[in-house]
Amino acid sequence: MKVIIQDGEFDPWKAVQEYQSENIADGKHGASVTFIGSMRDFNDGVDDLSKMYLDHYPGMTEKHIERVCEDALNKWDVLDAFVVHRVGNIAPNDAIVLVAVWSEHRAMAFDACRFIINDLKHRAPFWKREANEDGERWVEGNTVDEVADQHSDMAKRAS
Amino acid sequence: MKIAIKYFASMRDTMGKANESVDISEKSSVADLWGAVTQNPMPENTLIAVNMEYTSSEHVLNEGDEVAFFPPVTGG
Repeated sequence: MKVIIQDGEFDPWKAVQEYQSENIADGKHGASVTFIGSMRDFNDGVDDLSKMYLDHYPGMTEKHIERVCEDALNKWDVLDAFVVHRVGNIAPNDAIVLVAVWSEHRAMAFDACRFIINDLKHRAPFWKREANEDGERWVEGNTVDEVADQHSDMAKRAS
Repeated sequence: MKIAIKYFASMRDTMGKANESVDISEKSSVADLWGAVTQNPMPENTLIAVNMEYTSSEHVLNEGDEVAFFPPVTGG
């Protein structure tokens, strides 16, 4: 398991490929699920975003995401998890976050990947500050994962 | 006892600083600390971490603790 917080661009596809070739044993995984979050040029009624700054809490951010990955590895039978998250200045279309999970079968990799990205979006200490020609503003809330909420509602109704 | 405080994102803008060191009495809580640094009530959605772990405003502090105040997170 590895968590990287970095200031500067990265190629998420290359990062997954490199991590897999160095850390995942050949022939042992049947599924790899990746989530890549990128910067849009629109958000919350503003359609000309030109850049963004991502602030974070050095130390706590790494610690929090590492713990979430460990929780995912304990909760599901997954082989490994890898997270890269940008901080600093970001441009539209740049990759912001990569979450990659490997497992024997797809269901566990999907569930673990969703668990990690949802926790990361709602609990990991990062803050976005968006800018356009009119100025800058702190983003006030993250989008809700509707599918996760539906699953949660269905689970509650079933119990 | 000495407590180190960190402010992030909009909280840093509001407080006008990124960090400060405060001397407060033994057994003070996070809420007591907030009261010692500002006269304003803590914004309702404020998140609190002590030594990089999420906690509540009732958390009782110890000498040398690092307390962070910040708004809801928006990563990913």
